[in-house]
Amino acid sequence: MKKKLMIGNQAIARGAYEAGVTVVSSYPGTPSTEITEFMTEYKEIYSEWAPNEKVAMEVAIGASVGGARALCAMKHVGLNVAADPLFTASYIGVNAGLVIIVADDPGMHSSQNEQDSRHYAKAAKMPMLEPTDSQECIDFIKLAFEISETFDTPVMVRLSTRVSHSQSIVETGDRQDVVLKDFVKDPAKYVMMPAMARKRHVFVEERMNRLLDYSNQTPINKIINNEGGPGIITDGIAFQYCMEALGDKASYLKLGMVYPLPDQKLKEFYSSQEKVYVVEELDPFIEERCKVLGLSDVIGKDLFPICGEFNAGMIKEKILNETITDEIKIETTEVPVRPPVMCPGCPHRGMYYVLKKAKLNVIGDIGCYTLGALPPLEAMDTCVCMGASVSMAHGIDKARGAEFTKKTVAVIGDSTFVHSGITGLIDIAYNKGISTVIILDNSITGMTGHQENPSTGKTLMGEPTVSLDFVKLSEAVGIKRVTVCDPFDLKGFEKIVKEETSTEEPSVIITQRPCALLKTAQVFPPYHINTEACRYCKMCLKVGCPSIIDLGDGVVINDALCVGCGLCASVCPFNAIDKGEQG
Amino acid sequence: MMKEISIMIVGVGGQGTLLTSRILGNVAMELGYDVKMSEIHGMAQRGGSVVTYVKMGEKVYSPIIEEQTADIVLAFEELEGFRWHKYLKKDGLMVMNTQKIDPMPVIIGRAKYPEQISEKLSEAYNNTVFINAIDLARELGNVKVVNVIMLGKIAKILEIDKDLFIKAIEQAVPPKLLDLNKEAFMMGYTN
Ligand SMILES: Cc1ncc(C[n+]2csc(CCOP(=O)(O)OP(=O)(O)O)c2C)c(N)n1
Repeated sequence: MKKKLMIGNQAIARGAYEAGVTVVSSYPGTPSTEITEFMTEYKEIYSEWAPNEKVAMEVAIGASVGGARALCAMKHVGLNVAADPLFTASYIGVNAGLVIIVADDPGMHSSQNEQDSRHYAKAAKMPMLEPTDSQECIDFIKLAFEISETFDTPVMVRLSTRVSHSQSIVETGDRQDVVLKDFVKDPAKYVMMPAMARKRHVFVEERMNRLLDYSNQTPINKIINNEGGPGIITDGIAFQYCMEALGDKASYLKLGMVYPLPDQKLKEFYSSQEKVYVVEELDPFIEERCKVLGLSDVIGKDLFPICGEFNAGMIKEKILNETITDEIKIETTEVPVRPPVMCPGCPHRGMYYVLKKAKLNVIGDIGCYTLGALPPLEAMDTCVCMGASVSMAHGIDKARGAEFTKKTVAVIGDSTFVHSGITGLIDIAYNKGISTVIILDNSITGMTGHQENPSTGKTLMGEPTVSLDFVKLSEAVGIKRVTVCDPFDLKGFEKIVKEETSTEEPSVIITQRPCALLKTAQVFPPYHINTEACRYCKMCLKVGCPSIIDLGDGVVINDALCVGCGLCASVCPFNAIDKGEQG
Repeated sequence: MMKEISIMIVGVGGQGTLLTSRILGNVAMELGYDVKMSEIHGMAQRGGSVVTYVKMGEKVYSPIIEEQTADIVLAFEELEGFRWHKYLKKDGLMVMNTQKIDPMPVIIGRAKYPEQISEKLSEAYNNTVFINAIDLARELGNVKVVNVIMLGKIAKILEIDKDLFIKAIEQAVPPKLLDLNKEAFMMGYTN
């Protein structure tokens, strides 16, 4: 068998393939995105980007009820969006297997919060598995489908950034032959209205009991005994950190199934050890269960943090009291930070330049354009969750009235608008709001690495398709003032923004210009500074382009980075920035 | 027993650190090592500070490296090498491309790019290697091959058979860029 290096996300896709999955629907979100992108490598699997996680999960539920093994994947916050179908999918159970992948982001490498998805398994009464490397990603997905069909339940698989985005060696297997099951009408199981749901709730509680027995027996909840040393109860990537830190100097209860937790095994392990630590990232999920079971002196969050990621060094320090004591030889306190930035040529830059100049309040949203909150643009005032810009702007309108709203706009990307901005816009129109909403149509889902979406005219599998028409959609929900413009036409855009914010009617402005990283984006020869005309007024630096460099007594354009978008030239008051020669 | 080696690759989003770590990891696997690598995807790719880890040994557990445990820090950019040098072991090796890329706070004049980074590092560490990969890449007419030049450098330092790397490069880059990349690799390997 051929060995391969795979990131966890690729291994999840491989596991789904081997498990005979035929339908996958997801919405992108770091660190889960590549799971669904890798699905396209398998022609046996139909895969798609849904407009949001709720839709994705419902598609997967439908496919499972329709008789096919199905999967959906999302980041932790996506599970909040999909929580409604999640809870009732637990009641109806499955026809063919259904697996829900959720990727948490301890340390918030690219997320707006650090929530712990294990709580969802408990709340929705569903089993949850947790792999710790890529091989387990393959193995656990296959097992998850077995559990799903054996127990008539959807199964959740929890990942974290370090499992999703770490490469480790796997051995792959063959695809299991899974036949499409019949679709049998069964209202008592699939129509959840009170009379039926009451019975299904009883079923769910019984299923939890059976799953608890399973959890106590399954080999993925594994006790590893070594002589001496403390006992460690752990899950997910924390297991790998513990192994690296303590090796055979400790005994372990490695929990591959984190819900329901194996009460018998926890008790057995606890009573066989003198001192027991619970090493888990984020919330004290396992620790609290231990305490409920009366295993009262396990040591968990008294010692380990709730916030942020762990690592092997931290575990050595906390459990063995071992630290590296070599002094660090240079103090590097004055190291400037290097935050992510909007790319040269990014269409969002022109837009923010105008909003900042107009001194508007900007109710923001999530995507590459969130980077507009950072210096030097510093032009965004709020960011909560996907879609919130539109509805929050409406809330501020209702709180503060027309005069304030005339100085306020909502900004939202194309993918984010489709994801959950549309309902907010309907609210504005329906409830007589007067907000101005700017949809930043850069023809792609940028932030998560260029995924197609319903407005781009292409599917995940690369086929041409219809593209959502933002103008008609806005009109259809009742917005009468809809304009389209180029965010790099600074004067034109500024005029439109002034007009639309000053009316006491709701309006939508759609800025259209492709993401600078797209192949369809035009690249021109680099611009350069005419040093004789330049007065070093620093206006060009205000657009925050990484290719314009402040020399202290002048500026220069880095020709390796400049894509010739010309935005700097249009803000220069002295005409001191010249177009590059076509070479 | 095989020696465990932890390599930290640091640079700026867009410099291609991921390709370097992936090729390195694949070569290590071909050599029979257990391998783990941690990558960065998403937000940080947008011109931010990026860090990837490559760990090889008989059995590797954690995919990440913490302070003062890296055998080698391979820095694609000076400021990034300076930012992450604390991850080096006391007797570790710093390999640095002497290229400077200003971060946004420096570009807009709110911070200063630290001076004499290479001097400070070579004073503090016994093992430092500097290479001007960006000028070498310019000689080849393509600034994008800095990552493969750095790969050549690390291949030489690790004393691993270069043909293994050439084979891995053949698998990783599109055919029309193959000659350029092989040339870039050899440039790093011999400079
Ligand atoms: C519920 C939820 N799902 C997914 C994400 C991950 N995510 C952040 S922004 C974004 C989409 C950004 O695309 P778009 O709105 O088109 O803006 P762009 O980045 O292209 O400017 C996604 C998928 C998230 N933060 N929350």
